[in-house]
Amino acid sequence: MNELIFFVNKVLISGATLGSVYALGAVGVTLIFGILRFAHFAHGDMMTLGAFVAFMLVAVFQSLGIQTPLPTGFIVLPFAMAITAGLALGIDRGFYQPLRAKGVKTVTLLIASVGVTLMMQGVIRLFAGTGTRSFFENETKDLYRFKLPIEGVRRSINFSEPQILVIVTTVIAVIALHFFLTRSRLGKGMRAMADNPSLAQVSGINTAAVVRATWIIAGSLAAMAGTLLALDVILKPDLAFNILLPIFAAAVVGGLGHSYGAIAGGFLIGFAETMSVFNWAVLLRPFKAGLPDWLPNDLSIVPSEYKLTVAFVILVLVLLVRPQGIFKGAST
Amino acid sequence: MSLLEVKDVEGGYGGAPILNGVNMAIDREDIGVIVGPNGAGKSTTLKAIFGLLEVTAGSIVMDGHEVANQLPDKLVPLGLSFVPQEFNVFTEMTVHENLEMGAYIRNDDISDTLDYVYEMFPPLKDKRKQNAGELSGGQRQMVAMGRALMSQPKLLLLDEPSAGLSPRYMMEIFETVVNVNKSGVGILMVEQNARQALEFATKGFVLAGGNNRYTGTGRELLDDPEVAQSFLGG
Amino acid sequence: MIRRDAILFAGLGVLILALAVWLKVPTTIQLLVTASAYALIALGLNVQWGYAGLFNVGVMGFLMVGGASVVFVSYPLNDAFWSSDGPFMLLKAIIAAIAGGLLIWGVTRIPKTGSLKKVRGFLLVVAWAVAYVVYRSQIDPAAVLIEEKAGFVGGLGLHPLFGWAAGGVMAGIIAYVIGKICLGLRSDYLAIATIGISEIIRALIKNMDWLTRGTLTVSPIPWPTPLPADIAAAGMDDATMSVILARSGFLAVTVILIAVIFFFLQRAYNGPWGRMMRAIRDNHVAAGAIGKNVTKRELEIFVLGAILMGIGGAILATYVQILDPSGYQPINHTFIVWVMIIVGGAGNNWGALFGAVFIYIVWTISEPASLVLFSMISDLSEGAGIGAIPDIESRALQMRVFVLGLVITFALRYAPQGMIPERVRTDD
Ligand SMILES: Nc1ncnc2c1ncn2[C@@H]1O[C@H](COP(=O)(O)OP(=O)(O)OP(=O)(O)O)[C@@H](O)[C@H]1O
Ligand SMILES: [Mg+2]
Repeated sequence: MNELIFFVNKVLISGATLGSVYALGAVGVTLIFGILRFAHFAHGDMMTLGAFVAFMLVAVFQSLGIQTPLPTGFIVLPFAMAITAGLALGIDRGFYQPLRAKGVKTVTLLIASVGVTLMMQGVIRLFAGTGTRSFFENETKDLYRFKLPIEGVRRSINFSEPQILVIVTTVIAVIALHFFLTRSRLGKGMRAMADNPSLAQVSGINTAAVVRATWIIAGSLAAMAGTLLALDVILKPDLAFNILLPIFAAAVVGGLGHSYGAIAGGFLIGFAETMSVFNWAVLLRPFKAGLPDWLPNDLSIVPSEYKLTVAFVILVLVLLVRPQGIFKGAST
Repeated sequence: MSLLEVKDVEGGYGGAPILNGVNMAIDREDIGVIVGPNGAGKSTTLKAIFGLLEVTAGSIVMDGHEVANQLPDKLVPLGLSFVPQEFNVFTEMTVHENLEMGAYIRNDDISDTLDYVYEMFPPLKDKRKQNAGELSGGQRQMVAMGRALMSQPKLLLLDEPSAGLSPRYMMEIFETVVNVNKSGVGILMVEQNARQALEFATKGFVLAGGNNRYTGTGRELLDDPEVAQSFLGG
Repeated sequence: MIRRDAILFAGLGVLILALAVWLKVPTTIQLLVTASAYALIALGLNVQWGYAGLFNVGVMGFLMVGGASVVFVSYPLNDAFWSSDGPFMLLKAIIAAIAGGLLIWGVTRIPKTGSLKKVRGFLLVVAWAVAYVVYRSQIDPAAVLIEEKAGFVGGLGLHPLFGWAAGGVMAGIIAYVIGKICLGLRSDYLAIATIGISEIIRALIKNMDWLTRGTLTVSPIPWPTPLPADIAAAGMDDATMSVILARSGFLAVTVILIAVIFFFLQRAYNGPWGRMMRAIRDNHVAAGAIGKNVTKRELEIFVLGAILMGIGGAILATYVQILDPSGYQPINHTFIVWVMIIVGGAGNNWGALFGAVFIYIVWTISEPASLVLFSMISDLSEGAGIGAIPDIESRALQMRVFVLGLVITFALRYAPQGMIPERVRTDD
């Protein structure tokens, strides 16, 4: 039973946390792909940028002496999202839109996004340095323990405060996005444009407004994902560039352009990663007596330094078997 | 002055001009039919009217407004609507949502127009919750026309509405076109099934090589031996 | 070649001469050697992107493969490894890998139609799982033993030129597998896959201590030409002179290599093969329609480009004589190559050559230059009472990253053709 709780902590809770962050990032990538038809390589750094914006806001809040019951990094989230959305719009104006206006191939936009990612990395490090920071320098990170009322169970199910916030916020964001895409006019316009851009134009849909909405949503979700990730782990300049691969993998698994797929893909990759590096031998411990002794002590599927390969292998499998994504159904 | 006046329009896709002086005039009570050989520039003419390619010379006046080189999001509010030849439905959206997209520019209550479209195309009513990509070719064509009608246009541009449909479906679509016209919407359509279409056309245009060869009422064109000889297959 | 290009190259020559005066000759030659390795890499990327429009953002991975290959092939034999059980256990692991491969291959032979088609996918997954478990069961103890007894496997002690060739071959093999999976899909997928594979190669080389010594690094990797110490031992008294001679010798090898490769690339580009590649690049559909097997051609070219990158990566590691996995960064090893060919002129080998040398020089001297600039700003801000800039050195370096990104976006917008644009002869 203790082993099972260890499994819940290590695989289910961590996986859900990681999956939430991946899902939020992947939705942004997939929306941008659906509307603008290119893989946005600067998305990881947009997440990092959002986290740094939040970090600066926290400094402002704390210098004003504002006390909050929840981590300040979480309280400032709406402001950070708004600022990052504005920055995303500015980046589009400055770097992508002029290229679109010239009618370039979409792969040129892809290269431009590589350029943008370098610029963002440079700017972030220029101002924030290369060191790591914590949102909890002046606050405590609460840990919630849930003891199961069962005899002989020593371990407790552990949630850290950021983990709860990540999961809850993601659920809310996903529901909000769902209503936006299926109920609002602009949201349906977005789906229409992802489905058939020229027909969307013919229908009189204001495509420029849809593009702006896309950047606003992608930018604010990126800020959300980046800040929540930094709350959960640590804030550093290469925070999100390193998770670009799982995020893209999640978007591809869900089918580029499909939001619901991206969310599912995010959680799939998150759980796959935690399950792959989990040492399954732990679960066998209670039956130790009955096990053959040639069984190694470490039964993890991949060593944790190769965690990155999990996302990659899933990506490659999907590309081999079903490049259009493994989920059927509604687009955008 | 007619609802839509196309005067000496030239234009193309950036390379050599495709249109070399196209002239048309359509009123709200008209059904205009454009016929002509493949590659004559029929679709291109509709696209030029709808702002989808560059017009380099000539004028296009819609309801008193000069609209050459205006983008669709300006044209739709003026009462112009377009059903492209291909890829003319949102395949991953439901029939109902497709219709809603047609009414994107409207801010008023659209339920009456929805009723009107479902009345015009009864089969769609049962399929409203289904994705348009799952419909048959004829049903898709209905969705496409329905979508275009949702903006309450004064003039509907149709590019080969009967393409790929069986003769029975074709007659049904044509009947619908006539009904739509009776409900007060002008029609300008491109048709390969020239004879049948010219039968009910109030105006006919024969296009070849990017300009008008013959213009007249549908009947006149059908009765013109030269037109019949060269463009209607004898 | 057109006059403008000649002037550009002449300007580059003047720049190099100026460097020789400013930085002294040995440093300049060193810079040129590295620049020549990058030139080879840039040619490789130009083949992939410029000829065929294949978007590869995993250049770093191919460079690392090249570096690791030259270590394995050319580093001296490690007696401790060969006298231990290591070779035997590795052999078992290799046999396990081959057996696993055969098992998987066998399952893929099951026809996609017929009675077994339902279980085919399932069997394939099982085959992969079995192969993986069997391989891990052999390689894990082998790795532990090798690291314990011998540190790492060492090299084969062959001449470094074999190491370079091996680097090309290994990079080519990896490119083949990636290309097989991703070519034919949208270019975005290739981009994602290449960035993924390069990160994974980095993780592997960093962590497979038994093969590469990981972060402990391997050195010294032997040179193909005499080292300064060899020349000194042969009777050269002047230390600077022996450095100059040794580095010049190395440079001569790389320059000859580039000249030969360049010659063949030019010929191929202007021949029917190049014409076909351009047709494919500029209009997928048309080339497909005339019955050319587009994906296969693209695969060829992707592999060819990767081979050049592998060789370039091997040269880079050989010259500095050390394989340090932590020293590889996407910025220095992937994105800078992109800047080289975008600025130089994608699709034109002269452009790639020019861009590689030019950008590498700019990149190198921008380090001291940005430091000077930042010190000046810092003095100003201190004088103005705001205080000096903290961590000035690392910040100055970050500025370069920003400028790199800016150059990419601006070049795309204002000079998408580059400084020496592609010129397609229309007369043939
Ligand atoms: N997107 C485009 N870009 C460049 N040229 C085009 C494009 N679309 C059509 N053309 C060219 O314009 C000319 C007229 O084409 P258009 O589609 O108007 O013909 P059409 O009369 O509608 O023929 P069909 O009966 O086959 O539909 C053709 O020569 C065609 O090659
Ligand atoms: Mg047509």
